[in-house]
Amino acid sequence: MSKTLFDKVWDAHVVHTIKDGPQVLYIDKHLIHEVTSPQAFKELEQRNVPIFRPKQIVATADHNTPTKDQHLPIKDELSRKQLKQLSENCKKHDIELYQLGHKYNGIVHVMAPELGITQPGMSIVCGDSHTSTHGAFGSIAFGIGTSQVAQVFASQCLLLTKPKSMRIRVNGQLKKGVQPKDVILYIISKIGTNAGTGYFCEYAGDVFEAMSMEGRMTVCNMSIEMGARGGMIAPDETTFDYVKGRTFAPQGEEWNQKLKYWKSLPTENDAVFDKEYSFEADDIEPMITFGTNPGMGIKVNQHIPNSNDTSFEKALNYMNFQKGESLVDKPINYVFIGSCTNSRIEDFRVAADFVKGKKKADHVTAWLVPGSKQVEKQIEDEGLKAIFSEAGFELRQPGCSACLAMNDDKIPAGEYCVSTSNRNFEGRQGQGSRTLLASPLLAAATAIEGKIVDITKHLN
Amino acid sequence: MEKFISITTSAVPLPQENIDTDQIIPARFLKATNRDGFGENLFRDWRYHKDGSLNDEFVLNNNTYKGQILIAGHNFGCGSSREHAAWALSDYGFKVIVSSFFADIFKGNALNNGVLPIQVSPEFLDSLLMTVKNKPETQIDINLEQQYIYLTSTGEKENFEIDAYKKTCLMNGYDDIDFLLSKTSEIEKFENQRELSRVSD
Repeated sequence: MSKTLFDKVWDAHVVHTIKDGPQVLYIDKHLIHEVTSPQAFKELEQRNVPIFRPKQIVATADHNTPTKDQHLPIKDELSRKQLKQLSENCKKHDIELYQLGHKYNGIVHVMAPELGITQPGMSIVCGDSHTSTHGAFGSIAFGIGTSQVAQVFASQCLLLTKPKSMRIRVNGQLKKGVQPKDVILYIISKIGTNAGTGYFCEYAGDVFEAMSMEGRMTVCNMSIEMGARGGMIAPDETTFDYVKGRTFAPQGEEWNQKLKYWKSLPTENDAVFDKEYSFEADDIEPMITFGTNPGMGIKVNQHIPNSNDTSFEKALNYMNFQKGESLVDKPINYVFIGSCTNSRIEDFRVAADFVKGKKKADHVTAWLVPGSKQVEKQIEDEGLKAIFSEAGFELRQPGCSACLAMNDDKIPAGEYCVSTSNRNFEGRQGQGSRTLLASPLLAAATAIEGKIVDITKHLN
Repeated sequence: MEKFISITTSAVPLPQENIDTDQIIPARFLKATNRDGFGENLFRDWRYHKDGSLNDEFVLNNNTYKGQILIAGHNFGCGSSREHAAWALSDYGFKVIVSSFFADIFKGNALNNGVLPIQVSPEFLDSLLMTVKNKPETQIDINLEQQYIYLTSTGEKENFEIDAYKKTCLMNGYDDIDFLLSKTSEIEKFENQRELSRVSD
């Protein structure tokens, strides 16, 4: 039977199948961070079970780290203890850790791809739902809970029922100013926040083929926001060019062998998916969300829809928006460009390109948080830092930051924030905060204008 | 893990859709390095006002509704993979969550912590919510072995699906680590074969 990309990668990792039950799936790379790993380490210690394959684990500190004065001791006691715990655990079990301040430190889903740790055809897990990001390379990558982190520690495997497969095609050419973030926000607004639950999603068609790896990562990153455990894009020349020469990428003869295998991975023409969707690039415009889940998105120049659903009304009430209202010209005080969705160099290039020679509106606080130390360095090397500082944006140090507001980077209660992150849940960016998800371009334009703008008009 | 066979208890209705794990346990409470005590902050920002006072309108603060079952709207547990959400529900005292749809990662996390997620039809969910809302003392039987949920007072009953392997785990208090550790030699064999095929390519 003809196989999909997902089938090929999944089947290559099956160690054992329980009759009428789940399969034992082998995990190539296990990424860990400070928040969802400590209880898993404890679990193994209590059972007196060693870590099975410490060399296949890579650790970073990202969720709970400050984005200012990273060279100083962390002020918050609990955060400091959590990071110390990660260091101790990694040292004890001989796990590679990119601690705060290390040149490879960064958000787990930014640093692993840029170091070449993420490669096509791999199985990758992390105790973080946005692990779906790594599927951009044609790998099976998904988020897991802490009990599963412990399972991978103990056996380098997980017990899983194979998800169903779905494919989303977007054909045609994206209009000017339409970013990868708009593509995924558009898809989720069309199919809803649980259309992907129980599925692994392959993105296919002209739009994804033409997209950079950074863009593909943005798309795959938000697969979980439509419920899909993972998203995937077939590896191609764009993928190989990106991976080649990176710190941990295969080299020499190993590269040639791997490349041959990677080229065999794309979905065969007559392979069948359990579910398919198809959209036209022409219909996609810059997007923004107005509610409290990522599916509540509209084209920036559209009006908030009418619905009498109680959950919909509760969301509008939280956001203090009215049905039928337009978001264009709404004053905004906070802008956040960062998170594992949009904190790669390309995102900052897009923002800088718009910002260059302009100044942010006086009332706006605009935070730029690079996804990693390497991105931070690139921002400086490419001269973007100067552009941002002249425009009055605040460039901070790498981390998850205001995406989930575990550290001090919080949006005050009642305030709107146009954010390039992935979730607009109630209180996600701080208690009582109100998040509007958008692309780095729309976020940058909002900071300059001090209000939401119809970016399409702006560009033309 | 504690065994789960069956329970009979009253329930707490929370008929809202898309309850994400950020609501179940907000990120600022994820700084702990152990699994205990998360129940205290379960639904923190719905239970308390920003000034720390109780929100009397929230169902967990309403003494009328008690029990070990939480009945919630469609797509429960979406969003972040934080297992702290399952720990918080369990620590608070919930043994069963009933909804018409669960997010994948939450469902797995719940099962790994002895909390049973029961998916029922939207019609059954509506009727269950109505019954419990009108008669908070309603007793609900959950039988894992025979896979049913039953309302003694009205006679309403629905069967639910559960993976046979997970059912065995719950009923016996086993977890996946026990099983995976029993497969170590097979896992090593898999690793060796992969290495061989790579070298011989």
